Amino acid sequence: MRRIISVLLENEPGALSRVVGLFSQRGYNIETLNVAPTEDPTLSRLTLTTIGDDHKIEQITKHLNRLVDVVKLVDLSEGAHIERELMLVKVRATGAQRAEIKRCTDIFRGQIVDVGPSVYTIQVTGAADKLDSFLEAVGDAAIMEVVRSGVSGIARGEKILSL
Amino acid sequence: MELLSGGEMIARALEDEGVEFIFGYPGGAVLHIYDALFNKCKVPHILVRHEQAATHAADGYARATGKPGVVLVTSGPGATNAITGIATAYMDSIPMVVLSGQVMSHLIGEDAFQETDMLGISRPIVKHSFQVTSTAEIPEIIKKAFYIASSGRPGPVVVDLPKDLTNPHDKYEYNYPKKVKLRSYTPASRGHSGQIKKAASLLLAAKRPVIYSGGGVVQGNASAQLRELAQSLNFPVTNTLMGLGAYPGSDRQFLGMLGMHGFYEANNAMHHSDVILAVGARFDDRVTNTTGKFCPGAKIIHIDIDPAAISKTINADVPIVGPVDSVLNDLLDVLKEMRAEQPALPDQKALKVWWEQIDEWRDSHGLWTAPRYDTTTPYIKPQQVIETLCKVTGGKAFVTSDVGQHQMFAAQYYKFDEPRRWINSGGLGTMGFGLPAAMGVKLAFPDADVACVTGEGSIQMNIQELSTCAQYNIPVKILNLYNGYLGMVKQWQDMQYEGRYSQSVYEDSLPDFIKLAEAYHHSGIKVTQLSDLEDAMTEVFARKNELVFMDIHVDPHEHVYPMHIAPNGSMRDMWLSKTERT
Ligand SMILES: Cc1cc2nc3c(=O)[nH]c(=O)nc-3n(C[C@H](O)[C@H](O)[C@H](O)COP(=O)(O)OP(=O)(O)OC[C@H]3O[C@@H](n4cnc5c(N)ncnc54)[C@H](O)[C@@H]3O)c2cc1C
Ligand SMILES: Cc1ncc(C[n+]2csc(CCOP(=O)(O)OP(=O)(O)O)c2C)c(N)n1
Ligand SMILES: [Mg+2]
Repeated sequence: MRRIISVLLENEPGALSRVVGLFSQRGYNIETLNVAPTEDPTLSRLTLTTIGDDHKIEQITKHLNRLVDVVKLVDLSEGAHIERELMLVKVRATGAQRAEIKRCTDIFRGQIVDVGPSVYTIQVTGAADKLDSFLEAVGDAAIMEVVRSGVSGIARGEKILSL
Repeated sequence: MELLSGGEMIARALEDEGVEFIFGYPGGAVLHIYDALFNKCKVPHILVRHEQAATHAADGYARATGKPGVVLVTSGPGATNAITGIATAYMDSIPMVVLSGQVMSHLIGEDAFQETDMLGISRPIVKHSFQVTSTAEIPEIIKKAFYIASSGRPGPVVVDLPKDLTNPHDKYEYNYPKKVKLRSYTPASRGHSGQIKKAASLLLAAKRPVIYSGGGVVQGNASAQLRELAQSLNFPVTNTLMGLGAYPGSDRQFLGMLGMHGFYEANNAMHHSDVILAVGARFDDRVTNTTGKFCPGAKIIHIDIDPAAISKTINADVPIVGPVDSVLNDLLDVLKEMRAEQPALPDQKALKVWWEQIDEWRDSHGLWTAPRYDTTTPYIKPQQVIETLCKVTGGKAFVTSDVGQHQMFAAQYYKFDEPRRWINSGGLGTMGFGLPAAMGVKLAFPDADVACVTGEGSIQMNIQELSTCAQYNIPVKILNLYNGYLGMVKQWQDMQYEGRYSQSVYEDSLPDFIKLAEAYHHSGIKVTQLSDLEDAMTEVFARKNELVFMDIHVDPHEHVYPMHIAPNGSMRDMWLSKTERT
């Protein structure tokens, strides 16, 4: 099963490499990963998505917790949560295709953020599966470049991950 | 307040930490530190002959005393030479602080002379590591390093020290913190009381219980509680290779080691048990054999300080996260209360039947009830060497070992009655561990007998330490079980490769170990006859102040038994000799 694990990490040199190293060392895979400082500059928030059965996920969270740099973590997929990813896509857009792509972008509530004579650069945000669907809708032939931020997530309601 | 340079801070911090020995080797990146040690430091430094030996010596010291071992090495090759010893300590959860020199801060990343990314290289084999980025933070980082290394599940911690930060000119206020707090690191201090109650009920309901205890009981200093628990319930106890001595080897309730080369009665008791109390043991693959066939009828209680060790390979029915000593104390209290209310538990009749069954296993194939090895060959048997060692030292020596058949014979035949006396590399299985580890032990306990049981293969991996022993007068006794082969490799080749001894033979290239010992200012004695063995060994141990190298020629074709049948075997599936199996 796909899981979103969110980690509060000491914002220190080497901390990220310990997390990433743990995954390769123990043979766990990372689907997406993003990390940035939080409102407290001594802490980073790292979100990763991974796939595994309950046993594997339990091992992953236990081993992450064992890292001295990991302050706290939560498996967001265990409760109600909001998941977002940002994607920038550069597509070939000429002739009749331009209108077609524009329409498609609107349907997915994306924005065209850069326009050239034969290309559009489109920004789409949403859950990962929505971004997948957008790419499918636009079609491989048009797509020149795709950049995805990796998943970020936050729990719904009162629940927070903080010190 | 005093102003100190980075180098002086390190020397002072080690004093303030109460460090007894530094094991190390100098080089360019740590020269400022060495100069500070020379001028000011009260902590003696032991100059080894190879950085790997520094880590093993510090490790041996730590295993014997329970205090973290301290290592100081230079950057580049000094640091990489230390890696094997760090990994050895990591696998067996041994507290250690490794100070490694680094090139000057401004050169980091430039492939400078003797630069290596020590934090990167050591990352998977340390509990934690620190890169020092300013001199002022040295005291706090060292305090944290010792705290992390020795608390919770112990392990090695690396502190990487760029040379410029230790220079003698830049001085800062020195203040060694009394305590450290880390918001991201809080090892469990008590077990969950509800879980402990569940465990107690399960134990009291058991009809075929067994206590499976490991290195965590040794590390966590809970040997007394383990004994009390087992004896108050009259439950059988088996120890892992790492747990030997936590329960007295000569006690009736002790079933010997379990696992791949475990005792017949221990492996059978595990397989047929209905309740297993695992304490400070981690269900290693050398213990469980095929996990799918592991102890089919058993409910498992697992006490460990590391949540990640629980339900890793074998699912625990009652997991308890906490330090062994406090959890066992709580468990003893709960058991007392429950037994006051239910005096009939545990079921004495069932226990009696269980013990009869165990004694039957013990009598039929136990290693200690009768010699299970062939006594009709002309050779000294390696098992006899260990039996003699146990006799001559009254079962009280510190015994370190290397890795191979000799290690297994030592584990099987020396009856350790106290924890921290048996010192070996279990998790990594590092040949070359024995001699330097013995040095660390002997330095910590100068009046105790310290024996290094080794093989002619292993001893050559750190033989250079004979020189260190000469320099500091470290009179350990070396028992080289000379079988002329990489014996453990040969055993597998006998059993699985039809005796094709690919690269497990030395073809008359072995040194004359007696002359070698003499070249290093020690003495040696060669034994080839069983009739000479005990007298020779008695004499060797009487020579308290000398390192003596005993070169004991043993049966070159002996195998270690029992041995689990793998793959696909269960705990009880074993070879019992070259021809018999269960
Ligand atoms: C040639 C060879 C053959 C071997 N054959 C065997 C064999 O037949 N049988 C065998 O048993 N081993 C054997 N081993 C060793 C094996 O590889 C493992 O090292 C060993 O089984 C692990 O022992 P352990 O389970 O006691 O765990 P350890 O590695 O000692 O780990 C200790 C556990 O206790 C926990 N712990 C530490 N401190 C505390 C505390 N204060 N409170 C609570 N928990 C704590 C730790 O988290 C850890 O989970 C062999 C090794 C070699 C090299
Ligand atoms: C550093 C290292 N290299 C290789 C091995 C694999 N190995 C395990 S036991 C063994 C043979 C050890 O030979 P010896 O020291 O003579 O002991 P014996 O088995 O003969 O008693 C080898 C090569 C190891 N454990 N460690
Ligand atoms: Mg040998």
